[in-house]
Amino acid sequence: MDPTILSRILTAETLSFHIIWATIGVGVPVFISIAEGWGIYKKDPHYILMARRWTRGFVITVAVGVVTGTCIGMMLSMLWPRFMQMAGNIISLPLFLETFAFFFEAIFLGIYLYTWDRFKKPIYHWLMSIPIVLGSSLSAVFITTVNAFMNTPTGFSLSPDGEVINIRPLEAMFNPATPTKVAHVLTSAYVTCAFLLAAIAAWHLLKGRNHVYYKKALKLTMILGLVLALATALAGDFSGKFLAEYVPEKLAAAEWHFETDQYAPLVLFGWLDDNGNVRGALEIPWALSILGGGTPSSEIIGLNDFPEDERPPLWIHYLFDGMVVIGTYLIVIAALFAWLWWRQKNPYRPWLLKGIVWAAPLSFLAIQFGWIYAEVGRQPWILRGIMKVSEASTTADNVGVLLLMFTALYIALAIFASLVLLRLFKNRPAEKEMEQRGIA
Amino acid sequence: MSLELIGITVLWTFLYGYLIVASIDFGAGFFSYYSVLTKKEHLINRIIDRYLSPVWEVTNVFLVFFFVGIVGFFPDTAYYYGTALLLPGGVALLLLSIRGSFYAFANYGARKSRTSLFLYGVTGLFIPASLSTVLTISEGGFIEKTATGEVRFLAWEFFTSPYSWSVVFLALVSILFISASFLTYYASQAGDATAMSILRRYALAWSGPTILASLLVFAGLSQHNPVHFGRAVQDFGWMFALSFLCFVCAVWLIWKQRSLGWAFVSVMFQFFFAFFGYGASHLPYLLYPYVTIQSALTNTTMGWALVIAFIAGLLLLIPSLILLMKLFLFNANYVKGEKTGNKT
Repeated sequence: MDPTILSRILTAETLSFHIIWATIGVGVPVFISIAEGWGIYKKDPHYILMARRWTRGFVITVAVGVVTGTCIGMMLSMLWPRFMQMAGNIISLPLFLETFAFFFEAIFLGIYLYTWDRFKKPIYHWLMSIPIVLGSSLSAVFITTVNAFMNTPTGFSLSPDGEVINIRPLEAMFNPATPTKVAHVLTSAYVTCAFLLAAIAAWHLLKGRNHVYYKKALKLTMILGLVLALATALAGDFSGKFLAEYVPEKLAAAEWHFETDQYAPLVLFGWLDDNGNVRGALEIPWALSILGGGTPSSEIIGLNDFPEDERPPLWIHYLFDGMVVIGTYLIVIAALFAWLWWRQKNPYRPWLLKGIVWAAPLSFLAIQFGWIYAEVGRQPWILRGIMKVSEASTTADNVGVLLLMFTALYIALAIFASLVLLRLFKNRPAEKEMEQRGIA
Repeated sequence: MSLELIGITVLWTFLYGYLIVASIDFGAGFFSYYSVLTKKEHLINRIIDRYLSPVWEVTNVFLVFFFVGIVGFFPDTAYYYGTALLLPGGVALLLLSIRGSFYAFANYGARKSRTSLFLYGVTGLFIPASLSTVLTISEGGFIEKTATGEVRFLAWEFFTSPYSWSVVFLALVSILFISASFLTYYASQAGDATAMSILRRYALAWSGPTILASLLVFAGLSQHNPVHFGRAVQDFGWMFALSFLCFVCAVWLIWKQRSLGWAFVSVMFQFFFAFFGYGASHLPYLLYPYVTIQSALTNTTMGWALVIAFIAGLLLLIPSLILLMKLFLFNANYVKGEKTGNKT
């Protein structure tokens, strides 16, 4: 196979594996910090234990996140040397800053892990969690600006012979795609982790373990989860408006919107027949115009306005649908939980708990859908409007070997990490640990 | 100082930092596994874990910092090295991934297994070998540019060159020497006499091969790249002489079991002089003869932005690193194991 295709597969595989652990790496520290802080404030040892147990699992996931992150960092130059040769002039600042953020996080994670009982005042230990939260979220911010730049490259000029000149580093970092992308990436990572941790608590409650510890964990994560799910939807709405203005072909391909039009409907589900007609779809009138422009009369640019070889593939429609449907599901289930709890009715009903357990894998699926949609949606470009993917890839011919090696690695990492995590918690349930530590 | 010199100095310093911290880590992994084989693990592994656990992630960052930085300052290197290093780089990356994750699985997970110790120990020797290929390639002769401007890696020439093997040999023995001399100091801080005497023997045993390997690298370089060799001997010979002096000093202190902290500082200076002497005489080439620091330099606006970001980053990092070292490296109670640190 040709190196470009193989490089694309390897990059896609590495990124979609990395994103699982990276999402945990960005979101979970926030909840660890909140739980420990709340526990210290309320003098409630349950929350502090929660932070401890979450941290224990978190370290394992961080390790996988770090090594796969190193992989993608190095692969950028190995698989896409011509892209890095050109774009390295413009994106090195955020890449550099990301490393600093990561450095900062790494230092304090080591400290946090080994100082639980070392300070006289517990608040000092809690303070060590702040740099971890800052470092992990900021590295997400910086790396997202790089991706945003690839979608809407700004902050430089091209000389007639294709050289990059007149670089404005900050303008490249804060390009038009940056605000919406950063907002959507952060909120969706936080909400995914809220549901991940909630699902663990819900699972134990379903298994008949009624300790108040699990109820506290569920309450904390679900109430934050509702807020975050709504914030994610809001950020998604801004992203839609951004796409309509700056990258209309991506939105049009996702919505099978061919003719430039006002009062455009949002297309849900369905399929395309051989003549390119949409069949069996659910159409919500005006919704695409509202999503893209804010009013029903907003004009949405259609796919037919783009040359055929600059259109993204049409299957990204299903990814967009999947992401939106799952997002809605998360809002509904978190709202149900919050409403029952607010009205002082029992929110720990089995059907609701089951729904929460399902929400965790679904939200990871939504992250994958969203990223594949975002990335495939800018095909055939690696730098939209400037450099095509095929012009950027390596000319070396060993990419196939590398692909096999790394596929085996990711499978092994997934298996071992899961086994280690299971063993870590199976032998030491929360009830037993509370007994050992003398917590009621 | 010009921008390109600032850039390469910053990056070289970080690579030197990686050389030291990674050597300690790689060597420790090897000694750890070796001690299991010789049934001495109960004697030295406690010391090794005590040091490594809180810092392993930081070690990794030094490397990431270097390769992000070099592509940032000198984007042309991405094109040449990226294309040429696809396979050796891929192997190094694979080994780094196995090593990093299995370290965490074993140390933060439920229990240690022989398999993870084996993976941890053996990968620690192969990683420096595969990473050192970058330095070998930078001397030129292993990359050719075709008529169409494409870059090709000459794998056969590379694997049959005596020079490339001498570099691999030097990388291996020096990590064992650096690591053992650090761990000797750490064990003595912990007041663990048994561990210290074992580690001290390791340090002395690996000192001879380290010097022998350095001489071999010099001999290999004189054949492979006479221009670079000439600069190294004529202009920077004094740095290599200083390096040797520091080496003698370190070995003498370790032999006499005196001031082991200073002994390790001497080892650091030994490698500092050798590494910077090598680096300075390599200039202006980043890849002989295709890429020089001037030709590969990023746009100057971005270059200065990187320098500013670097200074701002250091202001944040240095206090944090000092805090880390105060809590774990220079905290007598922690080192001795009295403050268990209770990992969560």
